[in-house]
Amino acid sequence: MVHTWSSLISTLFLLMLCITGLPLIFHHEIDELLGYDPKPEIAQPGAVKRSIDEIARTALAHDPGRVLQYILWDKDEPNTVIAFTNNKVDGDPDAATLRAYDAHTAKPLGSVGGGPMLIFLKLHVDMFAGQPGKLFLGAMGFLFLVAIISGVVLYWPFTRRLSFGTLRDKSRRIAWFDWHNLLGAITIAWALVVGATGVINTLAEIMLSQWKANELADMVKPYAGKPPPVHLASLDATLDKARKIAPDMNVSFVAFPGTPFTSSHHFAVFMRGHTPLTSRLLKPVLLDGKTGDVSDARDLPVYLKALLVSQPLHFGDYGGMPLKVIWALLDIMTIVVIGSGLYLWIVKRRKHRSHAIAGQPLLQPSE
Amino acid sequence: MTTAARKPRSSGNWWTVYGGPLLLGVLSVAGLLTALLSEGAGRYFSWIGVGAPIAITAWFFARRKQG
Repeated sequence: MVHTWSSLISTLFLLMLCITGLPLIFHHEIDELLGYDPKPEIAQPGAVKRSIDEIARTALAHDPGRVLQYILWDKDEPNTVIAFTNNKVDGDPDAATLRAYDAHTAKPLGSVGGGPMLIFLKLHVDMFAGQPGKLFLGAMGFLFLVAIISGVVLYWPFTRRLSFGTLRDKSRRIAWFDWHNLLGAITIAWALVVGATGVINTLAEIMLSQWKANELADMVKPYAGKPPPVHLASLDATLDKARKIAPDMNVSFVAFPGTPFTSSHHFAVFMRGHTPLTSRLLKPVLLDGKTGDVSDARDLPVYLKALLVSQPLHFGDYGGMPLKVIWALLDIMTIVVIGSGLYLWIVKRRKHRSHAIAGQPLLQPSE
Repeated sequence: MTTAARKPRSSGNWWTVYGGPLLLGVLSVAGLLTALLSEGAGRYFSWIGVGAPIAITAWFFARRKQG
């Protein structure tokens, strides 16, 4: 009962998540192919990188009337600087414009993201329904976890008389029953990890507001009541000071004062490490927006670290192209499990309705 | 469908039912974690560990008629 209902309620949404998730595994490659992932020009040997202040000015001149929200450095593309502009520092995330600039020439390289992958991403993340849509999909993801665990319990009575990996072709129903059991059983761990990390990701906004209300509020206490800075400090000087606090780390992104990732008085420079794991564990350094001096630097709380570590485990983008292909195949296997589960339920229901031939019970647990 | 029609290979003990999925689950989780913790060897192991369910499926599919 638990297995049937937790699956049925979430089936259509889970199918949607699996199907939209499939191209998203390869979004880097697809964006590159369709021209939504601008590449820097080949730098001349010995070329010096432009100052970030210059790139910031270029970005603002490129989108007049807008303000900078974030400047970001892609881990795999050190010669590109990505600038986020929006109509307000705390503007709607959907209104943000992302443009890439060449780190050596400050030339605009084109906009980042967008295109068909953005549509898949929006469907996958919140179905264009904002935070309520995101939380709803989180609930569907939770039902997915319930369905998997209840499936593990049911696996015993249904397969105890069969050897592992039995695939019969006696009838369409038995064939799909065997595939459902086999593919479901061998993808349990992967599906639980991808499902649970997906659910965790739907709580990102809530975790961020929790951090802002507690840790961040505590860090910016000395600034309470002060007006926000009018003229901002030099970005290059600010970034240098942040690097001195964490000399063995690189800058992942800088959040401008007033944006959702910092206070209205501070730049927040988020530093990352070099290994696959530490590059996810960002360390924020808060710097005074007017002077660029360091105010505070504290590690993120455990729940935000958990969120950051859970992201690669959901995306499958941390083990090269082979892992992405494996991710895609496991995703397709999950689609088969969900689809066959739905099919088995429909067949069973139809048989029950038409009071099928007596004495021919459907797939039932062995005694 | 009668019991006789099924392959009577498993006697229905805990290990024959859950052993396979459990081993694959442990391999998967190990693979998921090693790629996160190490960029070199961990990455290669992750392809084996996380990819094991696919290999097993292909193997069961290839020999399904002979049973």
